[in-house]
Amino acid sequence: MTVSLVLVIVMGALFACGVYAMLERSLTRVLIGFLLLGNAANLLLLIVMGRPGIAPFFGSGDPAEMSDPLPQALTLTAIVITFAISAFMLALIYRSWQLGQADTVMDDEEDVALRERSVQAEDAMDDEGTSDGDAPTDFVGVDTAPITVLHSRDFPGLRDDAPTDTPRRPRSGGGDA
Amino acid sequence: MSSLVPLLVALPLIGAAITLVFGRRRRLQVAVSVVTLTAVLVIASILLVAVDQGAPIAVSVGGWPIPFGIVLYVDPLAALLVLVSSIVLIAVLLFSIGQGAADGDEETPVSIFYPSYLILAAGIFNAFIAGDLFNLYVGFEILLVASYVLITLGSTESRIRTGVVYIVVSLVSSILFLSAIAAIYASLGTVNMAQIAQRMGELPQDVQLVLHMLLLVAFSIKAAVFPLSFWLPDSYPTAPAPVTAVFAGLLTKVGVYAIIRTETQIFPNSDVNMLLMVIALATMIVGVLGAVAQAELKRILSFTLVSHVGYMIFGLAIGTALSYGATIYYIVHHIIVQTTLFLAVGLVERRAGSTSILRVKGLMRAAPVIAVLYFIPAVNLGGLPPFSGFIGKFALFEAAAEVGTPLMMVLIVGGIVTSLLTLYALMRAWNLSFWREEEDSSETEARIAHLGRATGATVETERRAIPRIMTAATGGMVAVTVALTIFAGPLLEICLRAGEVLTHPVTITQIDEGAAP
Repeated sequence: MTVSLVLVIVMGALFACGVYAMLERSLTRVLIGFLLLGNAANLLLLIVMGRPGIAPFFGSGDPAEMSDPLPQALTLTAIVITFAISAFMLALIYRSWQLGQADTVMDDEEDVALRERSVQAEDAMDDEGTSDGDAPTDFVGVDTAPITVLHSRDFPGLRDDAPTDTPRRPRSGGGDA
Repeated sequence: MSSLVPLLVALPLIGAAITLVFGRRRRLQVAVSVVTLTAVLVIASILLVAVDQGAPIAVSVGGWPIPFGIVLYVDPLAALLVLVSSIVLIAVLLFSIGQGAADGDEETPVSIFYPSYLILAAGIFNAFIAGDLFNLYVGFEILLVASYVLITLGSTESRIRTGVVYIVVSLVSSILFLSAIAAIYASLGTVNMAQIAQRMGELPQDVQLVLHMLLLVAFSIKAAVFPLSFWLPDSYPTAPAPVTAVFAGLLTKVGVYAIIRTETQIFPNSDVNMLLMVIALATMIVGVLGAVAQAELKRILSFTLVSHVGYMIFGLAIGTALSYGATIYYIVHHIIVQTTLFLAVGLVERRAGSTSILRVKGLMRAAPVIAVLYFIPAVNLGGLPPFSGFIGKFALFEAAAEVGTPLMMVLIVGGIVTSLLTLYALMRAWNLSFWREEEDSSETEARIAHLGRATGATVETERRAIPRIMTAATGGMVAVTVALTIFAGPLLEICLRAGEVLTHPVTITQIDEGAAP
């Protein structure tokens, strides 16, 4: 089977960019990452088709010169699925934004609980008072639970400049669609 | 007989279309859903009898030759799982009808719930009877997209928060699966499982290993196998009770089923069984330790769910006909029992207004029926004799002891410890929530204070009336769990025969003959 090197390189780049974007905190970027990954997988399906030939219509030519139709069918199905999921994700992002949460992936509840537990334990053991600049990880320490990411940005000494899209005004009671 | 097979998928899809069109007529939606799933139940029973006594059935949909057409393949394992799933789906449907009738549109937006539920059913059935990898992928996607809708039902803040994690993790696993399919097609020129199995031996070992691992990782995320199980305990507990129940019972099992197909059909003589053993042990132990640390019933159950997936991987990794049979019995037992427990906890939540074992007390006196409905599946899951959990674990350990390597012995010990810890977690919940008196001594309070920081320990919801149909649905499921114990003999024999079939994977010529009109 011969494949085009350009397509392989493009596919690799799409996979890499997709993974990178998916690791972002903003949900819109996660969606873009998913779209890139989906396109990369579709491209992979097209690559495995091998050397392109004439359109595979029945009786239109010598079957040996035709493209392999099966990967095309698989790719079409995968595109439809990706399309449906993207639409659903967009609705989800909009709803998340509407609820005033910004379009970010929220902290895991268990992680929040663990983090608070360790903060409490540290406080109990250590009276000398560590400075805030020692915050070792991205897990932002806040006193309130359940936390929202909006609050966690206030943590001093922590720089999180990932751009997020926040609703301009707080949600009013009956504003939901 | 083979003309019945496509109906397993077509009927729920038609039902979903009808319920979607008549979104405002709830009674019609309910009737269509119940009739559809009951029809699937009947068809699955007929198919199970047919394939158990005869040979597996393979159907080429539309008469297209392999590898262009889609092949549906029903062996005893697939038929049994479709049968059990339809029982679970019907029971949970009745439960949700009661819940929807009592609460109005708030918890379950009626017009969307039934179509999504039927599409979920279609996806599950399609995955079970898929004869080629791409059809399996489509089945997965159908059930996953329906599950995205169900897990974010009502779009409250907490459901969006946990739903996002669930959805993103599922998307990644789907992309991996799709890439694996592309890689397999590139190297073998087919996506039909029987044909893949036939040609796989011609590939170099390292290519085989890459393909094998790609599939295993993709399926392990869906099956919640450690260390890819991190998403499950966070996303399941926030969904509505019936949704959690059906997810816990069925969705992870579809992943386990896909792993079984990979291991028995595509890579029958692989050398990753050792790896699977270690993973199974880690899944069992880590999962159950998570359950012990929790103070909220749904989270406890979610962690035991992860831990008991370990038993199934364990049984699969032993790799004998006996162990396959035991695994199948364990899967059937676990689908039913785990769903029942989640339904019972759904009743607790409505009755007591909380699922935290610190908050709920005195239920034994206040609601003896719920107490019984919780207790029976709880000791069953914990593996006390004479229940089916004990029989399933015993069969697994027997199959392992027959092989008798030191690693097997380690896993048997691990399995027993896991079983005891499961029992500990569930019985502690029983002692605190049901057995404890309303007026509690401060001594007990002090003893359980350390649990107070666990997630969800202080969550309270409003108390609601329990319609009779919810109790009846849960009671029906408890009766099924008891039936699993009473009819364990015949059922285990069916499972052992199904396991026997798995050791002779179907060949391409058999499919051609089976598909002949």
